[in-house]
Order: sequence, then C-alpha cells, then structure tokens
Amino acid sequence: MPHLEIRELFLSFGGIKALIDVSLSVEKGIIHAIIGPNGAGKTALLNCINGVYRPDTGRIEFGGHDLTRMKPDEIARLGVGRTFQNVELFRNMTVLQNLLLGRHNHFRSGLFRGGVHGYRNPEEVDHRKKVEEVIDFLEVERWRKAYVKNLPYGVQKRVELGRALCMDPEILLLDEPTSGMNVEETEDIARFILDIHEEIGTSIVLIEHDMGVVMDISHMVTVLDFGNKISEGPPHVVQNDPKVIQAYLGEEQERERKTA
Amino acid sequence: MAVTRYCTRTYLQDQRIFPSHSAKISLTLFVIFLVLLPAFAGQYLLLVASLCGIATISVLGLNILTGYTGQLSLGHAAFMAIGGYTVALTGEHFHLPFELNLILAGVVASIAGLVVAIPSLRLKGLYLIITTMAFQFIVEYVLLHWESLTEGERGIPIHAYSLFQLNLDDRSQQFYVVLVLAIAATILTKNLAMSRTGRAFVAVRDHDIAAEIIGVNLAKHKIMSFIASSFMAGIGGCLYAYVYQRITPEIFTFMVSIEYVAMIIVGGMGTVVGGILGACFMTLLPQFLGLIFGPLSSAYPFMSSRLGAINIMIYGMIIIFFLLFEPEGLFGIWIRIKNYWKPWPFKY
Ligand SMILES: Nc1ncnc2c1ncn2[C@@H]1O[C@H](COP(=O)(O)OP(=O)(O)OP(=O)(O)O)[C@@H](O)[C@H]1O
Ligand SMILES: [Mg+2]
Repeated sequence: MPHLEIRELFLSFGGIKALIDVSLSVEKGIIHAIIGPNGAGKTALLNCINGVYRPDTGRIEFGGHDLTRMKPDEIARLGVGRTFQNVELFRNMTVLQNLLLGRHNHFRSGLFRGGVHGYRNPEEVDHRKKVEEVIDFLEVERWRKAYVKNLPYGVQKRVELGRALCMDPEILLLDEPTSGMNVEETEDIARFILDIHEEIGTSIVLIEHDMGVVMDISHMVTVLDFGNKISEGPPHVVQNDPKVIQAYLGEEQERERKTA
Repeated sequence: MAVTRYCTRTYLQDQRIFPSHSAKISLTLFVIFLVLLPAFAGQYLLLVASLCGIATISVLGLNILTGYTGQLSLGHAAFMAIGGYTVALTGEHFHLPFELNLILAGVVASIAGLVVAIPSLRLKGLYLIITTMAFQFIVEYVLLHWESLTEGERGIPIHAYSLFQLNLDDRSQQFYVVLVLAIAATILTKNLAMSRTGRAFVAVRDHDIAAEIIGVNLAKHKIMSFIASSFMAGIGGCLYAYVYQRITPEIFTFMVSIEYVAMIIVGGMGTVVGGILGACFMTLLPQFLGLIFGPLSSAYPFMSSRLGAINIMIYGMIIIFFLLFEPEGLFGIWIRIKNYWKPWPFKY
C-alpha cells in the first residue's frame, strides 16, 4: 500500500506551469528519490505536499487525508517532516531551541502551564532527552548551545534534518540535503539518511542532485523535467532511460550554449 | 578563555533560569531592597516606584505580543483602559473586593484582546499596526463620549478599597501590592518565555513559514499572545486606577501606547529584563526631566509653554538613539556590563 499518493497534480504560477499532471506514489518505508534538471518542479512538488503551495487541481493522499485541503501545520501534525534547499532554521535561536521546537506538537502543556511551570515542567526534561538522542545521532553535540547563525552551512543542514527528526515523522521530505557540501559531508549525510531508514523505518522522499548518492541509497527514482514526470523506476533502470539521458543532455547543451 | 564556575549534571539543572549563584544572590538582595523601600522612602518616591511596577506589568504584556511574537501593537493603552474602566465601573456598581476586581480587569481586557486578535490574523506588519491603532482611537472615543457610562473627561473616582488587611489608600501598602504583582508578572513571563509556547511565539516572530512547517498553528499562537498581553495590560490599567484614585481617558491616550512601544525598544525587545529596565527608565525619565525643567520654567516663565514640547523631543531622541546605536536596548548594555565583570576577580 502506498504511504503517500499524489494523483494528477497541476500547479502553475501565472503563465508558468510548474507541475503538469504529476502522479506519484511513495511506498511505506522506502527511500524515494526525485531528480531532474534545474527548475523541473521538484521543490514545488514538496511544497504542495507540505501545504505551502496550493495545487490548481489534483489530490495528495496521506494516511487517509487529502493534504491539498489542509494547512501546513495540520500536515506537520500528521507526521510530515521537511527540510529545505536553503536551510530554513530559526537563525537567532540555539541548536537546542530549534530541536525543541521540532518537538512542539508532542508537548501537552499550553499557555497557562507554560507560564506557571516554565522550565520546571517535567515535559521539558522528557523532550530534552529525545532531543539529546537526535543530537547524539547526528553528532552535533559540540554545537548544542551555539546560535544557528554562527554555524557552518554543513552543520546547519544537519541541524535542520535534526529538527525534522525531532518531530518523529512518518515521512521525511528532504530537499537537496547535500547541496553545498564537500565529499566528506555528503557521505555523512548519506549515511544519516540510510541510518534513519534502517533504524526508524521512516519513509523518505529525497530530492538530490548528486547522482552518486541517488544511485547508492534510493530504492525508487522519479524524474521530473519541465513539470512533467518523464521516468520512474529503480535507480539502475532510470539511469539508462533514454528520455532521462536526453533531459540531462539537453541541460548540458544549454549550459554549453550559455558559456560559449 | 571562558571561566567555568559551575557544571550541570541533569537536564533540569542545565535548563535553569539562573545558572550561577551570584545572579540569584544579587536578585534576592534587590528584592530585599524593594521590600525595605517604604521604610525610608517618602510618599512621592513610593508613588513613582509603584508607577514603575505598574509599567513593568503592562510592558511585560506588550513584550509578549510585540517582543516575543513580533506583532507590533499601537493599542496597548486601550487594553489598559479597558482594565481600568472595568474596575471603576464594577467598583461603583457592585462593590466587588479588590482581588476579584483585579482578575476581572484582566479577563475583560483579554476578551477585548481576543476580539482584536481575530480580525488581525490575516494582517501582517503595517496593516496590523493600523488595526491596533484604530482600536486605540475607538476606545478613546468611547471613553470620552459615552458620558452616561464613563463620565467623559471628568472620569470616575475610585473609592478606597482594601485587600485582605491592607489599606490601598496608603502609598506604602499600594507599593507592596504592586511589587508582589510585578514579581508575579516577571516570573510568569520568564516561565512562559522558556516554555513550549514561548518558543513557538519566537518561532512565529522569526520565521512564520518554518514555524508552520514544524506544526506551529500560527493563528492559535497569535491569539494566545494577544490574550496574554491584554490580560497583563488589563491588570496594569486596574492598578493605575487604584493608584491615581480617579480614572480618566487621559491616562490611556495614544501617546501612552507609543510610550509602551518605546519602553520595549529602549529596554530591549523580547527579553524580560529589558522590559523591566525599559519600563523603569521611561517612567523615571519624565521625573528627571521635571527636576531639571521645573526650576527652569519658574525662573523663565516665558519658556514654560515650550518645555512640554522639549520633553517630547527628548523622548523622540532617546528612541532614535537606541534604534540606531543600541538595538538591543538597555538589556544589551546590561549584558555587556555583566560579561565585563564575569571573570572577576580573575583578570585576563
Ligand atoms: N513561488 C513561485 N513563484 C513563481 N514561480 C515559481 C515559484 N516557485 C517555483 N516557481 C517556478 O516553478 C518552476 C519549478 O521550480 P522549482 O523550484 O520547483 O524547481 P526545482 O526542480 O526545485 O529546481 P532546483 O533544482 O533549481 O531547485 C520554476 O520555473 C520556478 O521558476
Ligand atoms: Mg529546488
């Protein structure tokens, strides 16, 4: 049974068609990669799942709900975790505060108990323990109390992944988690993603430009080009699909024309 | 090099408000000083101290809304007015005891807060500011013109009330009531800031899309922030009514709303200590200016009409100074002084 099912999704911005009749199903507990040239609509697709963008038509089903009718925070509460292409953390907060915010919906206490108990609220300690597990897992111990804005980019990306993990998500949507990283950092992130998959069994939708990572860790690959789904299948099949090669070649020729 | 003076063994210890003992000790000394204040301070000084305390309560409320949640309001004085008039009217007609009046003032003001919050949910930035300002003007207008209820400009006298054994006519006993409530407000705000809801407020302020993505309900948190903020404003307004012993629309004008915003700018946005420093600074400033300009205007009577304008100018200049040179306000200065003395008595 698919965990997340997207059916006939259309999305446009004025005249620009960002997604054209995209259907996609993500099976439970697998790593599903979405690839495609720049501007293909990959980020737009994740934004539709999150409720940040409203698609023109189409359905997105997750756990018996139609996500196209829900607000981002309601979708988050269903267990959809997300990281962004350009790190969207709370920059003026510490790593700890960011991760605790990831636990937001697992707290019971509200305004009143918050005011009366503050940090003495036993819940704070419970969730701090969970946060510390994530800190251990992602190996960011030494930045625990550092302000996010002062951290190197690679660490910020890891913290953002941590914030999503703190939500105890059923499904994780990761938008280019390795962009702007060196080889070593990229390997670390790939390892973390595999560990999350193996230890927690979370379904993962992964947008990734690094083909090596995609081939190594994903079970399923969907290729988008100009808003259309042009290919889908296991990595080695997609890799040899002439349409995919054509799309990427087209991009390369474009680039050569521009530089020439 | 950092000085490690303490270590923590449990998460609870690690999350404490005061990681070191020295902070706790100096705070305790400060509270003891305040408790002893009536022993040596005169009536006038006690009144000023009470005004500082009331401003603290009220400004901490505004700080929750504007400092923590990032919703700039120019109608804070209107919520205070609603608290104050609630007390005046219930006192006049129902003769409720002080404790009940106090809570009632907060509750009625926070209902008003809810009413303003709901249409404001879709508004951001400038539009929200205009809405709160409109609310301020509506309240002012009603207070002035619904004479059968509010007695217009003349206002309503507040009769002597007593709280348990305390007689609120007495300046020093008034001061104690204000002191206790100001301490309670401080603790509540600090707790709130360090709790789940407080963190979510700051998340809404700093990055609303990211907040939504991790499951923070924006509308709910903006409403909660409005309610908490106007509750504290209502309490503040109620205390003004008791201390002034007469309530008039003049106590709660638009200018007062601006002054409250100035307090959190001068003190430091989104910090409890900053709110307190700002409240005291802006309450004491006119007193100091009065000390300087009082004798001046009696010596040169022809200038006296201009001195009021000079007062406002000085206000404006101070705000501009902080915005330009010390955006973190008095709180920023306070932290720098603290860090300077931290390694004491060791020198590096
Ligand atoms: N908020 C928006 N307003 C207008 N156009 C948008 C918006 N978001 C995306 N688009 C357009 O939709 C198309 C798809 O963009 P999207 O960001 O999804 O691409 P992408 O596949 O993530 O590319 P990249 O690899 O560069 O991240 C692009 O043509 C883009 O210009
Ligand atoms: Mg993208």
